[in-house]
Amino acid sequence: MTLRVLASLLLAAAMPAAADTIAITGGTVALGDGSEPIPNGMVVIRDGRVVAAGDIRMKLPADTKVIDATGKWVTPGIVAGFSGLGLSDVGFSAEGANDQGSDGPFNAAIDVSRAINPMHTPVAVNRADGVTRAVVAPSAGKSIFAGQGAIIDTGADMDPITAARKFQFVELGQDGAQKAGGSRSSAHVLFRDALREAAVLGHYSQPVTSSGRGEPDERERPVVRNPNESRIYSAPRPQDVLLTRFDAAALVPVLQGRQYLLVHAERASDILQVIDLKREFPSLKIVIVGASEGWLVADKIARSAIPVIASALNDLPASFEQIAATQSNVGRMRAAGVNVSIGMIGDNETHNLFMERQYAGNLVGLLKVPGATGVSWGDALAMITSRPAEAFGMGSEIGSLAPGRRADVVIWSGDPLEASSAAEHVYIDGVEQPLQTHQTRLLQRYRNLSRTDLPKAYVH
Amino acid sequence: MVSNKALFAAVGSALLVSGCASFEPADKPEAAIHINEDPFPSTYARYPGVLTVIRHATVFTGDGQQINDGTIVFSDGVIRAVGGPDLASPAGAMEIDGTGKFVTPGIIDIHSHLGDYPSPGVSANSDGNEATDPVTPQVWAEHSVWPQDPGFSRALVNGGVTTMQILPGSANLFGGRSVVLKNVPGRTVQEMKFPGAPYGLKMACGENPKRVYGSHDHMPQTRMGNIALARETWAKAVEYKRKWDHYYAKGGDMPERDLAMDTLKGVLEGKILVQNHCYRADEMANMIDMSKEFGYHVTAFHHAVEAYKIADLLRDNDICAVMWADWYGFKMEAYDAIKENIPLVQNAGACTIVHSDDPNYIQRLNQEAAKALADGIRAGIPNLSEAVAWEWLTRNPAKALGILDKTGTLTAGKGADVVLWNGDPFSDYSRPERVWIDGAEMYDAHNPKKRPVSDFELGQPGEGDVK
Repeated sequence: MTLRVLASLLLAAAMPAAADTIAITGGTVALGDGSEPIPNGMVVIRDGRVVAAGDIRMKLPADTKVIDATGKWVTPGIVAGFSGLGLSDVGFSAEGANDQGSDGPFNAAIDVSRAINPMHTPVAVNRADGVTRAVVAPSAGKSIFAGQGAIIDTGADMDPITAARKFQFVELGQDGAQKAGGSRSSAHVLFRDALREAAVLGHYSQPVTSSGRGEPDERERPVVRNPNESRIYSAPRPQDVLLTRFDAAALVPVLQGRQYLLVHAERASDILQVIDLKREFPSLKIVIVGASEGWLVADKIARSAIPVIASALNDLPASFEQIAATQSNVGRMRAAGVNVSIGMIGDNETHNLFMERQYAGNLVGLLKVPGATGVSWGDALAMITSRPAEAFGMGSEIGSLAPGRRADVVIWSGDPLEASSAAEHVYIDGVEQPLQTHQTRLLQRYRNLSRTDLPKAYVH
Repeated sequence: MVSNKALFAAVGSALLVSGCASFEPADKPEAAIHINEDPFPSTYARYPGVLTVIRHATVFTGDGQQINDGTIVFSDGVIRAVGGPDLASPAGAMEIDGTGKFVTPGIIDIHSHLGDYPSPGVSANSDGNEATDPVTPQVWAEHSVWPQDPGFSRALVNGGVTTMQILPGSANLFGGRSVVLKNVPGRTVQEMKFPGAPYGLKMACGENPKRVYGSHDHMPQTRMGNIALARETWAKAVEYKRKWDHYYAKGGDMPERDLAMDTLKGVLEGKILVQNHCYRADEMANMIDMSKEFGYHVTAFHHAVEAYKIADLLRDNDICAVMWADWYGFKMEAYDAIKENIPLVQNAGACTIVHSDDPNYIQRLNQEAAKALADGIRAGIPNLSEAVAWEWLTRNPAKALGILDKTGTLTAGKGADVVLWNGDPFSDYSRPERVWIDGAEMYDAHNPKKRPVSDFELGQPGEGDVK
């Protein structure tokens, strides 16, 4: 098989020889950019990056490792659009296994990148199911501000952070109202006061300058310096402060548009209030998460160009901010032109990110339901790969198989939007990942229950 | 024991008020008062249907068979015939072309809290756990069920769920009685109650009871406390039953009525089925021994994430394992969940059931089964197929609910609880197209009028929308 595939390669632009060039051939390739799958496609990766992918032919170095994916599907790794991955090994009643909370004295200054543990079993379980990156947000404690979230990879190594402090997460719906004292109006005043306090500190912050070496301006690619290393803590402040210095300093990059602001809002009227924030604070780089009633105001979200990370299949009036929930929400927002991706909002967000592809498949399934609004297969895959990356300005790094992207590639046993398919090979930054987990080890131990010469504890 | 003489008149008159007890005058003290065991009787009545034939569909019968180009005939609420393309259509039948589609029995979710934890999930509606005492066999889930829970309709139209067991929560060792409902909207819960379905008793082991009460400095605080309190309770129940047995046999003073003990007596008599929340293998083994000590049978272990470790024990004790496909790690007792749990239990020859415990996942139980099936096949577990996996969704839960003679398989003579799927139900891309319950069409994807809308949703945004 390998020989046949190699023989079929056309002599085209030669690539420099590299021991770590990998070509995945013969599979159905989906790029993750919204396009439909390509039969008999190829994906070439080298030095941790995608060289080319799709309906391509190129001359490969002689020592290229060729992987025959005939009958398989090949896609970018899944990017979990909203999660708590790496923050919790066990949900509750397990001291030390959960770092999601933030009931301490600080809020906006909290930085989840300090707490991510790449050794947590859910990281491995999701990696083994093709989830290669995740947007990780803290949970809000006493404040509407939950703190700063990160983009991580799920690689089996001790370097999980792709981008630390990528966004500030704030609750401005029902949860925000509760944390602000019982009303949404209170939450909005709190929010504005916090930005005012940040503005005071912001006057003392160093202007952001380009390094002059041709690198992107920080304003274009928001990467936030660690506020704990900031010098603005010594700035004078007025007396009527509600935020600690650390928290106020953490909001300076939000106010200046150097850090994304991820806002949780479900209700249609709450979403409109978030859109209005853009008018009041034009620098804010807002992303909305939730948006169960987004379809009611889809045209306004589309005009605002604010990306949305939505629950895929919420269709219950589970709360009074989700009365109009329907599984057609995502499809209707998409049809209106909203940049939608899928997240796990209050839905086993620390553990079950692998379910995103099942959810995406269900959105495709809606195409067959009269009166429902589904999404195309390519769109559905994009909603769990490139779109969440793009929402945080990382579309040029992760989430698709375009040349130059990080080589996060999954070879699936079949259509990945069918939950019955499985990941067979997972690459992160071009490195093939182990797919063994606590669960696979248990399976091996208990596959056969018959009594043997030693107890099960000796089967390992 | 309190003297019964003083209580006799009061209890007797209370029973008379219920209108169902037989009561003999006091001059015949040897005659027994019989407790009404069904004081909240089902008033369910099937809705009208037409003589219906579906042809050319792939049929999963629910008892392990797959019929390609299959035919099903039902009328007057009952399945008349199931077979291949040669099965004749009766005159006057409405014929449905099932080409490319699938027909299955309606899905049965053996573990749901619809109605007792309804949407919206506000505290005013939170009626699933009577967490005031670890032993509350006297509470009945049906008295918490809000028939207007919008979740029922989603389970029907997206999930093809036609029957559900609604259980109390798991805060308590003895959570109370469950109720089996038809997924037919009713003004009252009585209108939804599955006629003839036995009651269940929700029991719980493990983390939940000890967490809820241990944090209140109240027994149980430990797993040993869980078992001790459960055993004390069963010991009382055995004594309670003995008194009533004696009373029925010999007459004399009527024993004092105890609603909690009535439920446990029903279990000891085999009339009420034990539905036992239990995650860990070692705890299931303890519960099995306890059931033998007091002479009852555990019908099913729910959330049995470690069933695969003792699948042989479950098989040998004729206990069903009720499982998720891939939930794991949300608490310590779910830490050893594996994705092959369901097929491994099937492989051991034990009764295998897929459940939801969730108002969202109840809409995709077919996909949960699909995942478990695929994981099992990948692990090399033999004799698995879609037809076998469908047993996890209908036949086996019907068996564990004591209603297998009435539903759960496509068998002539059973109630016509039927789903027509628009594609293979083991695919993420498939949905119910039409659903019948007792032969009445309760959902038709092509007809917005054949879609239930709860009272709660009337006049709200999205009323009558696809959900």
